[in-house]
Amino acid sequence: MPDSDDFEERLRKARERQGAKPTSPGPGQLPQGGTWGIGFRAGVEVVSALIAGVGLGWLLDRWLGTWPWLFLLFFVFGGAAGVLNVYRLITPRRAGK
Amino acid sequence: MAAEGKTIDALGQFELTPVLGKLGASVGFTQSTAHMLLAVGAITALVMWGMARRAVVPGRLQSVAEASYEFIQGLCLNQIGDEGKKFFPFVFSLFMFVLFGNLIGLLPFAFTFTSHIVVTFALATIVFLLVTIVALSIHGTKFFGYFFPEGAPKALAPLIIPIELISYLSRPVSLSVRLFANMVAGHVMLKVFATFVVLMGSAGVLGFLGASLPLALNVVLIGFELLVAFLQAYVFAILTCIYLHDAVHLH
Repeated sequence: MPDSDDFEERLRKARERQGAKPTSPGPGQLPQGGTWGIGFRAGVEVVSALIAGVGLGWLLDRWLGTWPWLFLLFFVFGGAAGVLNVYRLITPRRAGK
Repeated sequence: MAAEGKTIDALGQFELTPVLGKLGASVGFTQSTAHMLLAVGAITALVMWGMARRAVVPGRLQSVAEASYEFIQGLCLNQIGDEGKKFFPFVFSLFMFVLFGNLIGLLPFAFTFTSHIVVTFALATIVFLLVTIVALSIHGTKFFGYFFPEGAPKALAPLIIPIELISYLSRPVSLSVRLFANMVAGHVMLKVFATFVVLMGSAGVLGFLGASLPLALNVVLIGFELLVAFLQAYVFAILTCIYLHDAVHLH
C-alpha cells in the first residue's frame, strides 16, 4: 500500500468525494477544508502527540522511579511525533518514508 | 443563566447536574447520561420505526434510515475494503451516536454530551482498542513491525520506535480532542453571542438595534453548527474507518 500511512490525506480525498453529497451543494470543504481547518487539524495533531508523549513519559517515570528524566525525554519524543503527524497530514499521498 | 448578574457565563452550560431527584443523585445519573439515553432511543426509534413498513417507495423516515445506512456502508466499503462489512455495525452505531449527540445538543435547553472530553475520549478509546485488537488478531506479532518502518537504519531504532509509538498512541487523543474542541468552541460562541443579545437588548432602544447584530450572527452560527455537528460525526466515523483499514491491511 503506497498511501497507507497518510490517513489524513485519504480523509481529505474521501471528504471531497463524499462530504459534499449529504450536506449542501458546495463541495464538503466548508469549515474544515480551508486554511483554518488545516491549521486546526495540525494543531490538534501536535497537541495530542505531546499529550501522549508526556503522559507516557510520566507513567514510565512513576513506574521506574526515574522522575523527571523519562518525562523530559518523552516530551521531546512527543514533539517529534507531533511533527511526524503533521508531516503525514500535509504530504500528498506518500508513505512516511 | 445567561445574563444573571450581567456577566458572560459561557462555560456554565457544560456543568453536570444530576437529574431524577434523589435516585439520580445517588447513582450519578446526570443530564449527560439522560441525553445519551435519549440519543440511543432516538437512533433506535429512527431505525426501527423507519424500517417498520419496508415500503418500496420509502417514506420520509424510511428515507432517512436508508440514507444513513447506505452512507455508512459506502464509507466502510470504500475506506476499509471488503472487510469493511464486518465493521459496519460498529461504525454505524458510533457515527449515529456522535451525530445524534451533536444534533440533540443544538436544541434549546438540551445538553451536548459530546462536549465532554471524558465522553469523546471513551469513544476514541473504544476505537483505539478495537483497532489494536483487530490488528493483533489478524497479523499477530507482525503488527509490531508497524512501529519500525522497513529499511530504516537499525541504529535509529531507539529514536524511531518511541516516536512511532507516541504517534500511534496520539490517535485516540487527537480523535477525541477534535470532536470535543469543536463542540465546546461552537457552544461557547453561541452562548457568548446570545449573552450579547440579552445584555444589549436590556439597554434601551439603541441597545435593541445593537442587539440585532449578535442575533443575526447567532442565526448564522446555528447553521454553521449544524454543519459542524454533521461533519465532526463524519470525521469521527471516517477516521475510525481509516484506522481500521490500517489495522486490516498492515503495510
